[in-house]
Amino acid sequence: MAALEEEFTLTAVPLGSGPDGPLGVEPSDKTDQFLVTDSGRTVILYKVSDQKPLGSWSVKQGQIITCPAVCNFQTGEFIVVHDNKVLRIWNNEDVNLDKVFKATLSAEVYRIHSIQGTEPLVLFKEGAVRSLEALLEEPQQKIETVISDEEVIKWTKFFMVFRHPVLIFITEKHGNYFAYVQKFNSRILSKYTLVLGQEENSVIQSFSTSVDRKFISLMSLSSDGCVYETLIPIHPSDPEKNQRVVRSLLLKSAVSGNARSGVGLMVLDQDHLAVLGPPLPTSKECLSIWNIKFQTLQTSKELPQGTSGQLWYYGENLFMLHGKFLTVIPYKCEVSSLAGALGKLKHSQDPGTHAIPHFVNWEASQESGLGSQNSEQSKRIKESEKHIEVELRKFLAIKRTPDFHTIIGDTVIGLLERCKTEPSFYPRNSLMQLIQTHVLSYSLCPGLMEIALEKTDVQMLQLCLQQFPDIPESVTCACLKIFLGIGDDSLQETDINMESVSDYANTVQGEKMEEQAEILQNGFNLEEDNCENCAQQLSAKPQAAVEEAALCPVIPKRAALLNAILHSAYSETFLLPHLKGIPAQHITLFLQYLYFLYLKCSENVTMTLPGIHPPTLNQIMDWICLLLDANFTVVVMIPEAKRLLLSLYKFVKSQISICSELNKIEVGFRELQKLNQEKNNRELYSIEVLELF
Amino acid sequence: MLAAGEEGIVDSPGMGEFKVHRVRFFNYVPSGIRCVAYNDQSNRLAVSRTDGTVEIYNLSANYFQEKFFSGHESRATEALCWAKGQRLFSAGLNGEIIEYDLQALNIKYAMDAFGGPIWSMAASPSGSQLLVGCEDGSVKLFQVTPEKIQFERNFDRQKSRILSLSWHPSGTHVAAGSIDYISVFDVKSENWLMDSFGDETDFNLLGSAIHKMLVDRQYMGVSKRKCIIWGVAFLSDGTVISVDSAGKVQFWDSATGTLVKNHLIANADVQSIAVSDQEDSFVVGTAEGTVFHFQLVSVTSNSSEKQWVRTKPFQHHTHDVRAVAHSPTALISGGTDTHLVIRPLMEKVEVKNYDAALRKITFPHRRLVSCAKKRQLLLFQFAHHLELWRLGSTVATGKNGDTLPLSKDADHLLHLKAKVSKMPAFLRSALQILFSEDSTKLFVASNQGSLHVIRLLEGSFKHLHTFQPQSGTVESMCLLAVSPDGNWLAASGTSAGVHVYSVKHLKLHCTVPAYNFPVTALAIAPNTNNLVIAHSDQQVFEYSIPDKQYTEWSRTIQKQGFHHLWLQRDTPITHISFHPKRPMHILLHDAYMFCIIDKSLPLPNDKTLLYNPLPPTNESDVIRRRTAHAFKISKIYKPWNLTSGRISTISLQPLLFMELLDERTLVAVERPLDDIIAQLPPPIKKKKFGT
Repeated sequence: MAALEEEFTLTAVPLGSGPDGPLGVEPSDKTDQFLVTDSGRTVILYKVSDQKPLGSWSVKQGQIITCPAVCNFQTGEFIVVHDNKVLRIWNNEDVNLDKVFKATLSAEVYRIHSIQGTEPLVLFKEGAVRSLEALLEEPQQKIETVISDEEVIKWTKFFMVFRHPVLIFITEKHGNYFAYVQKFNSRILSKYTLVLGQEENSVIQSFSTSVDRKFISLMSLSSDGCVYETLIPIHPSDPEKNQRVVRSLLLKSAVSGNARSGVGLMVLDQDHLAVLGPPLPTSKECLSIWNIKFQTLQTSKELPQGTSGQLWYYGENLFMLHGKFLTVIPYKCEVSSLAGALGKLKHSQDPGTHAIPHFVNWEASQESGLGSQNSEQSKRIKESEKHIEVELRKFLAIKRTPDFHTIIGDTVIGLLERCKTEPSFYPRNSLMQLIQTHVLSYSLCPGLMEIALEKTDVQMLQLCLQQFPDIPESVTCACLKIFLGIGDDSLQETDINMESVSDYANTVQGEKMEEQAEILQNGFNLEEDNCENCAQQLSAKPQAAVEEAALCPVIPKRAALLNAILHSAYSETFLLPHLKGIPAQHITLFLQYLYFLYLKCSENVTMTLPGIHPPTLNQIMDWICLLLDANFTVVVMIPEAKRLLLSLYKFVKSQISICSELNKIEVGFRELQKLNQEKNNRELYSIEVLELF
Repeated sequence: MLAAGEEGIVDSPGMGEFKVHRVRFFNYVPSGIRCVAYNDQSNRLAVSRTDGTVEIYNLSANYFQEKFFSGHESRATEALCWAKGQRLFSAGLNGEIIEYDLQALNIKYAMDAFGGPIWSMAASPSGSQLLVGCEDGSVKLFQVTPEKIQFERNFDRQKSRILSLSWHPSGTHVAAGSIDYISVFDVKSENWLMDSFGDETDFNLLGSAIHKMLVDRQYMGVSKRKCIIWGVAFLSDGTVISVDSAGKVQFWDSATGTLVKNHLIANADVQSIAVSDQEDSFVVGTAEGTVFHFQLVSVTSNSSEKQWVRTKPFQHHTHDVRAVAHSPTALISGGTDTHLVIRPLMEKVEVKNYDAALRKITFPHRRLVSCAKKRQLLLFQFAHHLELWRLGSTVATGKNGDTLPLSKDADHLLHLKAKVSKMPAFLRSALQILFSEDSTKLFVASNQGSLHVIRLLEGSFKHLHTFQPQSGTVESMCLLAVSPDGNWLAASGTSAGVHVYSVKHLKLHCTVPAYNFPVTALAIAPNTNNLVIAHSDQQVFEYSIPDKQYTEWSRTIQKQGFHHLWLQRDTPITHISFHPKRPMHILLHDAYMFCIIDKSLPLPNDKTLLYNPLPPTNESDVIRRRTAHAFKISKIYKPWNLTSGRISTISLQPLLFMELLDERTLVAVERPLDDIIAQLPPPIKKKKFGT
């Protein structure tokens, strides 16, 4: 919603300007600082937030400033023209304008343009354009005449289109208006005749522009009080030809038709216009903000002491003359929120909410609106999913507010509610995007993982496990069940984040290994259940063990999913009961995988796994303990698991002996440290030779 | 090696080689921190140590330790608090309540509470009342009068010592932590308020119910002998938070006397607690050196229901965290390991500046070492005694990096404990004393704001003059500097600027314009009589005493500004000295760097490398000249900077003092942290392996 905030006056003293108002307000290279050029002799640099001048410069008595001062963003210097032809360049430290750099030009200057990202540009009254640098090299160079006799420049603007500077200026001759567009990447000057339509005799009082990819949209406020829009192509098909462009009515009766002065226009964004002038013939002058999409007056502010019709808009501030003072009104327009978009979708079949479809910039909504009425349910859902995705991307692109996480939470809850009511609605991409904002947690959107579990969406589950710090153990366990139970085929199709798994897991080998293991285990089945016997068997087949160590029992994608489980936080007490519900085969598989990871860990000194974010040794060990604690009675009965248990037993035994050795070593080290310290203490004094600087 | 010929080529000659006396026998061990108290109004922090020392840190002035009250063996501080705005009180095991005079920097008065050792003290929310908890189980209420405090009444005596006290923010109720139970009582009716529960139902003689909240002695299923309530905090909603020796943080409902929530956070004692003013966050410190942050957070988004959650653990201490404080933007902790740690809450810090960095203050922000250059003597100042040492000597010479064989080792000459008693009354309490260069005069800064000038004669002395404080101020001077020719005396207090007196004419010569930040070091240069002043915000000014104005160099550097890395240093400059033969050099140091400012070289700007290592001697003059700038710095100790400086290749330890003895000799007094740690009691042992 657009809103005007409390106004404040910039000058403590009235501008010595008379009714014409200031020549211009231009931004400087520091945010919040603006150059105000009086129509007399003075340039003042203001800090707007402090409402105080930082510097003021005047030309000599008898000279007059003819073109508003601008800041050269590349050097931070200020530039002004006085007496039409004399160029002055100075910086903040200079006190006297008389003593600063001066260049006298051969032709009269209409305006100097300077915007961020490119060098300043000088527009001459005859329509010729020079870059400042080129001009300063040879100030007396000849300036050609571009426009015809009696043609007068009325208005001009300089902007960047895809990093290329573009200059537009409007001229008038005998009531006819022409637009010139100069592109600097191609040095092409295109000329357009503005066709006024039925209101042939109306006088255009004010111009403003906005730019998109293809067109410069030129808004003009005519003497009949209406705002018209003219679209001028940036890349004309035939630049040499003089083309005609037609204007269309954009806003009716924005100001009273009788108003002769104090009328101005400024495009604020693609939907909003600021209009200066009396809304009714009898009323006082007023600043109004119009929404052109909905043709509504958003807000307005009365200016009882009159205004000059000049309006500048930089950042979030509107500058205008009110009475004799330069007034700043902060303007804010909040971006329409995602929540708003969701609300709109809910009522997308309600025709009442649609605006009258004869306005520009309304294509997107028109499409979705019309489509939903005609096509079938599923298409509608697909489209609305896409629409949400787009809106979401826009929302995520803007700056984060302090309540960002609650907004995200509410958005997810909103989406999930819709998922519940419409079973086919599953905005997967949007949900993934939302999870990746890193601000969600399980408790913020409890339904999210339930739905993902329902849909067996392992990718989403993996993401949740990685991002959420507070997943209840029951849900972690449900994920584990799905991860262990899902078929390899369906896994292959999914797109799973594999960064926790490095090349140690290889599919083909894994499959082979499983077969091989089975053969071996069948062999064991014939034997007595004698542990010693088994141990002997094992030691007799060291090669088999080595082989097993090299082969991963699960495919890499499953390994990545299981790693996500290993990384998740849990409390043993709450996890244990849930683990009991997992089928014994799956438990064995998981144990095999964990054991494999452990063997991989112990291959290097640091006891870590390769890869970007691998499970840690502690996590692996904790899970082995957990699984055994929960399912020992079951696992011990499964012949396949016997080998595994034996290996684990041996491993625990070796761990215990290592720990006791380490504890012994620690004591020894501490003694050594003490000795070392004593030795250091003895060196309490020395004389050394040192070189200083 | 820098050959003499080469010195002639380079515009500004380097300092060259020095014989450096590296002194590590200053056995300075700071005392453990016992209490901290934060004052919101002045943004100051009072810290008391186990030896009774009280220090005041100004958190707004880059955490500078601006005031200091030395302790005494007989005063063990157990409690410290601010009352009536900015009045500071402490209480201790000698049973006395002490008020400190923050202007005169002495003890205003001590008053016996007649309850045996005092374990706890709390000022009422309005600041007009003080409550102390005593060994005999009594809780005593004192009225804070403009001049003193006045005993008002006793509350009902409890069975055992009162270890912690906390007022309800409305000032109507008080919670008191004792051994095994917490009591809550009504200040107005003087009676214990709570209903009884458990099996400890007592009624006092007046008939009103006494209520105690019994704390479970059990610790991990094992019954300990006693459960000591080390800290309590009373919140405005009636919740009482307690921390105890069984490692628990417990939440009680004071209206019903029931336990609401229990967090077991440590295997050892939880010794301290502090709550933020908004009551949305609190901090506890444990005997294992861990500090835990608890925050009141919403259960779910949108819901107004909030609960206390343990959010962050911090391990900045190795030993018991005896005291914690909660400023609006930081958690402050201190304990047996003697460090004062200020951990900013990043979510509360708006601008990335000083306040956003973790601070660990270990060394005092004042000079503890003095040096007699000609006699090569060092005087070390300890909390309760002085030591005088003579430096050793050597006849050998060597090249850069050599350690020379000693022909004579350093001697410990004196250990001074007793004070000389035959002193006139006005000299009894001095904050700072200073001899003139020729040892004929003694300057004494007394705690009444006056400066005494005394002429020293053979075996006696004569009082020459007293400079009275400026009218209206009673602020004590705590830094003195005298010019080498003995004509000028500069003195600075904690805030009112630097006064320069003419010793010849015995009158005030001028006052250096007051500056927002306190002075950390002062010195007057020989010959030029330029006064160099270092402030706690790391600004350095040079002021010409004869001209009564800042020097051109000082103006230039103020105009250009100091290098941002210079301003980011976190310890104040504690000593400034000059080179006898090089008038353009100013030598200064803090605990972690030593710097020679060469005024003849260009000033560094933010684009230049501040910590600029000396280029190899074989580098061409052009490069030497281009990279040289006025600040020649040797960073010290922090291991990651070992290669950046010049001295630091041999890794100096934290520097307490550095001075030029003569043109080619330096003395550096270092204090390695390891040596301090080695003298601390062992920390609680944690099992590392096989857990």
